[in-house]
Amino acid sequence: MRAGKRHDRLKQFTAAPGEDILVMKNIVKEYHMGGETSTVLKGIDFSVKKGEFVAILGPSGSGKSTLMNIIGCLDVPTSGEYYLSGEKIADQSEKVLAHIRNKEIGFIFQSFQLLQKQNALENVQLALIYADLPEKERISRAKEMLAKVGLEDKMYHYPNQMSGGQQQRVAIARAIAANPTILLADEPTGALDQKTGRQVMEIFHSLNEEGRTIIMITHDANIAGHAGRIVRILDGEMDEGGLEDA
Amino acid sequence: MLKTGLLKQSVRMAVQNIVSNKMRSFLTTLGIIIGVTAVIALITIVSGVTGYMMNAFSSMGAGKLIVTANGTYLKQGLSESDIADLEALDNIAGLSPSVSVNTNVVYDRNVFDNISVSGKNTTYFEKNDIVTLGRGLRQTDMAGDVYVCVIDENAARTMFAGTNPLGQIIRIGGISYTIVGLAGEDGNLMTAIMGGGVDGSIYIPFQNALALNGKSNVTSLEVYIEDTDKTDELIEEMELLLDNTFNDTDGAYSIMNMDSMLDTMSTLEDMMTYLLAGIASIALLVGGIGIMNMMLVSVTERTKEIGLRKAMGAEPGLIQIQFLAESIVLSVMGGIIGILLGEFISYVASIVIGTEFVIEWSAVGLGFGFALAIGVIFGWAPARRASMLNPIDALRSE
Repeated sequence: MRAGKRHDRLKQFTAAPGEDILVMKNIVKEYHMGGETSTVLKGIDFSVKKGEFVAILGPSGSGKSTLMNIIGCLDVPTSGEYYLSGEKIADQSEKVLAHIRNKEIGFIFQSFQLLQKQNALENVQLALIYADLPEKERISRAKEMLAKVGLEDKMYHYPNQMSGGQQQRVAIARAIAANPTILLADEPTGALDQKTGRQVMEIFHSLNEEGRTIIMITHDANIAGHAGRIVRILDGEMDEGGLEDA
Repeated sequence: MLKTGLLKQSVRMAVQNIVSNKMRSFLTTLGIIIGVTAVIALITIVSGVTGYMMNAFSSMGAGKLIVTANGTYLKQGLSESDIADLEALDNIAGLSPSVSVNTNVVYDRNVFDNISVSGKNTTYFEKNDIVTLGRGLRQTDMAGDVYVCVIDENAARTMFAGTNPLGQIIRIGGISYTIVGLAGEDGNLMTAIMGGGVDGSIYIPFQNALALNGKSNVTSLEVYIEDTDKTDELIEEMELLLDNTFNDTDGAYSIMNMDSMLDTMSTLEDMMTYLLAGIASIALLVGGIGIMNMMLVSVTERTKEIGLRKAMGAEPGLIQIQFLAESIVLSVMGGIIGILLGEFISYVASIVIGTEFVIEWSAVGLGFGFALAIGVIFGWAPARRASMLNPIDALRSE
């Protein structure tokens, strides 16, 4: 039983595209503040197929951050149904949600969110630690991931010794290390100049070509154009624009 | 259920964070270090000193009463018939009067002022095993015209440095005495307190001392008890007799019970230990508050990190353990430094005071336990707070 569990720690990365791995039905999110209710998401229907690269495009205040939090299992909807890898995400305990995040979601943040006191190699291991991977496997896996984003020579560098683009590449290596179902990127190029932003997008493309599913949230139509599909969100409602909007 | 790999990782992260904030960690631990050092040092020193004193007291012999009778204006001390009356009481195995003589000692034309001379009877030498060379005073020495004496090692050093004192003749109060015995380093603390000479003591026959003083009153005597279970009854009977002798005058005499003194001392030691533990626990409490304060600062500073860890899949329990591990490692480190420091201070103190250095494991356990408990108790709330942070807010915080 123990051996079986060990095997489960890291999901095998499978690249069979086509099936829906994320399904949202009529997702509503309300916030209550001082007796007033504000509805941030007004019934979102949204699905993502395995191997897709989807951009969620919307201005600030459109509700895209709230949607991202729900997709990332950091928050749960007020009503509606959300299935991730066939599993229903509802008002589960913090502990269960943490496990789901660990297995299913690879976060990439605008501000990188690297631990400043840890070097690149240690930063990449973060999700693997919580997946309870043995140290040896963790390190070799982290090295592999850093090589994938072209940072094999910066493994022992600390975040403050790296450029913004390099830091974001460390963050991408960290996000893919545990083989999550979805890479969830929140304005991944927001803190980068155009050139390094383009480099990050190139990495996204190659990851997508490997068969990885990417959901990218952005307000920048140019960046959204890198995705295979764009959905627009405005005022809490989603408009499945399709490719022709890009 | 927690996996050991994650626990190890939590402790490692805790140590990493403590090390990367060396100065702050050290200052925070200082309270614990001082508290534990105080616990260890004070308890060890107090128990060393009281142990030493109790040893000294019990070497004077349990089962012994010391009667001091300065008497009244009209009757200064006890007469021989008073002593005989006391000796007639039940449950007395023997009496040993002590008569201090105010005189000087001359040997080889040197005058020694600081050697005390006192008269003892044979019982004294029977009940106290102090003679190391030669013999003690015997019944045949008590006739009043036998001039022999026993000197202690101090006196021997003072007068006969390097030569054998046995058989030597010294002059006490103008009379020549032959030294017949050498007494050990006077284990009798009471003799020292009650007029033992700085440069040593000489014991002469009791009768001779009375004659030298020109009066027949005894002001100090030791009473050896037959059955120590009935000590209290004996003291009552003695008090009855002595009240009668001194006409119920207050302060004419006192009876000191060595056994009850030992009891009092061990009670005193216990009280001291509690008192010191109390004082030290105040220091530890302050130290604990320091740790709590630092942990709260640490949680606030690392809100973003907590959010990130949660997003990466850290469950609340693991966050709590990480921060709890940090406060425990911090306080236990302080505890260990405190124990080492406390033992070092105790060791130095034992050399300075001249007592034996013994590691008090109970104090070590207490200090360590205190430190551990403080880490858990004062780390709990900050760790709990960290574990409850909402990852969305935490990630967004600056």
